[in-house]
Amino acid sequence: MTEADGAGAQTLDVSLGPQHPSTHGVFRMNVRMDGETVVKLQPVFGYLHRNHEKLAEGKSWLGSMPFTDRLDYICPITNNWGYALAVEKLAGIEVPDRAEYIRVIVGEMTRIQNHTAFLGFILGDMGAWGSALMYAFREREKILDLFEGLTGARMMANYMRFGGVRCDLPAGWLEKARAYIETYPAFLDEMEKFLTGNEILLSRLQGVGVMSAERAINGGLSGPVLRASGVDYDIRKVDGYGVYPRLKFRVPRGTVGDCFDRFMLRILEIRESIQILQQAFAQIPQGPILNPAVKTRGFKPPVGEAYGRIEGPKGELGFHLVSDGGEKPYRYHIRPPSLINLTLLEEMCVGTKIADVMVILGSIDIVLGEVDR
Amino acid sequence: MTLTPQTVLDRVHAALPQARIELLNNPSPSGQHSLLVHRDDALEVAQFLKNDPELLLDYASNVSGVDYPDHLEAVYHLFSIAQKQGPIVLRTRTGDRSGDACLPSLTPVWKSADFQEREAFDLLGIRFEGHPDLRRLLMWDEFVDHPLRKDYVAPEDYEYEPTPHGEILAKISAPASQA
Repeated sequence: MTEADGAGAQTLDVSLGPQHPSTHGVFRMNVRMDGETVVKLQPVFGYLHRNHEKLAEGKSWLGSMPFTDRLDYICPITNNWGYALAVEKLAGIEVPDRAEYIRVIVGEMTRIQNHTAFLGFILGDMGAWGSALMYAFREREKILDLFEGLTGARMMANYMRFGGVRCDLPAGWLEKARAYIETYPAFLDEMEKFLTGNEILLSRLQGVGVMSAERAINGGLSGPVLRASGVDYDIRKVDGYGVYPRLKFRVPRGTVGDCFDRFMLRILEIRESIQILQQAFAQIPQGPILNPAVKTRGFKPPVGEAYGRIEGPKGELGFHLVSDGGEKPYRYHIRPPSLINLTLLEEMCVGTKIADVMVILGSIDIVLGEVDR
Repeated sequence: MTLTPQTVLDRVHAALPQARIELLNNPSPSGQHSLLVHRDDALEVAQFLKNDPELLLDYASNVSGVDYPDHLEAVYHLFSIAQKQGPIVLRTRTGDRSGDACLPSLTPVWKSADFQEREAFDLLGIRFEGHPDLRRLLMWDEFVDHPLRKDYVAPEDYEYEPTPHGEILAKISAPASQA
């Protein structure tokens, strides 16, 4: 207890987490409250820290690929992609067309299943335990089934390689994926109707945790959280990596920058991802899936460094790699969107009620495997 | 205007002629050459990069610390969201790896550097002067070393903590006459 803050009123310090059902893993927030109003919030990290970056320095370049699965374990395939893209930049590796299309297909499916899971989780954070998450996970599981058919694992895919992907699409996979994606909008329409028309949901989300565009940029927010504040910035458009320049899609943006915008933005992004997938299914060519010039064993990129980044489902996933020309990375640094999106958590939360902190944290969408690395 | 390290360097030279800044070549195919700025001028240069209307590098996306044999570096990957350009790579260098491992914090310019500079301090031991809240980010506060350094030696047992169990075991196994 202290009386330092507020207008002489007594404040109360509460430690939320690390074991708390709404912190999405082992994450702690030290919150100072005046009544139920938050006056200060300090996030505490590191409960899941394993010094991923140091471990990568002791492995071959390719050896870290399966380890990237464990960063944001909801979206392993986009983690693979970010790492592969950075190494391809570092070593100047070309990727065959078919592999680029496969990457877009599995990447956008990853985005859909991440945002679907998000819809369930944020309802849980608002107190609607179970039901919404169950429906969301039912749909997510169908995409994970497709991933299992392709990579052998529901989640820990280890699918990308430098210069392509590990294996081609099995016979009939594309048809199955296409058929499933055709059924997805019906689920989303239903989910959206139930959720966005709900008065409780609106009153819990609207006007809560507002973040201005200027602060969002300065604070390094990225991905849906940045765009919800009204910033038109999608790395798929800006960098135009892979075959995204050949695909037509829109970049949804919010207007207010509150939790509701962040929530709606995910729904709109799923719809755009479905558009992308339908085009990719139609355009995918035959051909090789891996650049044959890249050695799997004894791969040594030239001396130098590179920063490669992709638009991950949670934001900008970047890899800063430094090579001394050897078989192992000299430095391997990850720019984790989940961690950096928390930079402004305190600014979003101060002045709101303690119950809104959970909703604001949920609307940022973090995974602790990536925050703590 | 397309932002390249050279155009940025020319703008900085024109506006801040006294700033010590140089182009550092990157031999890899990525072609991401970087700008090495002297640490005493870093804050001023950073302010300029962010506010200059031609550059508008408003987004410090990534900050990483790198450990070299005789110094430490902080590397900033800057982008311009206003102009959709980047990355411009800005580096600052410490004097050495121990007593003089200090750099100016760029968090007052880009808030996004806040946690990332704390991480570089925690894992590599770069002391960022002017950081609003320089504490360890991932390791626990009592931890003494910087585990991402190249010369760091990991202990055999991270979990070891002295407990009373040893004393109790010694008492049990001691001859009865002493009890």
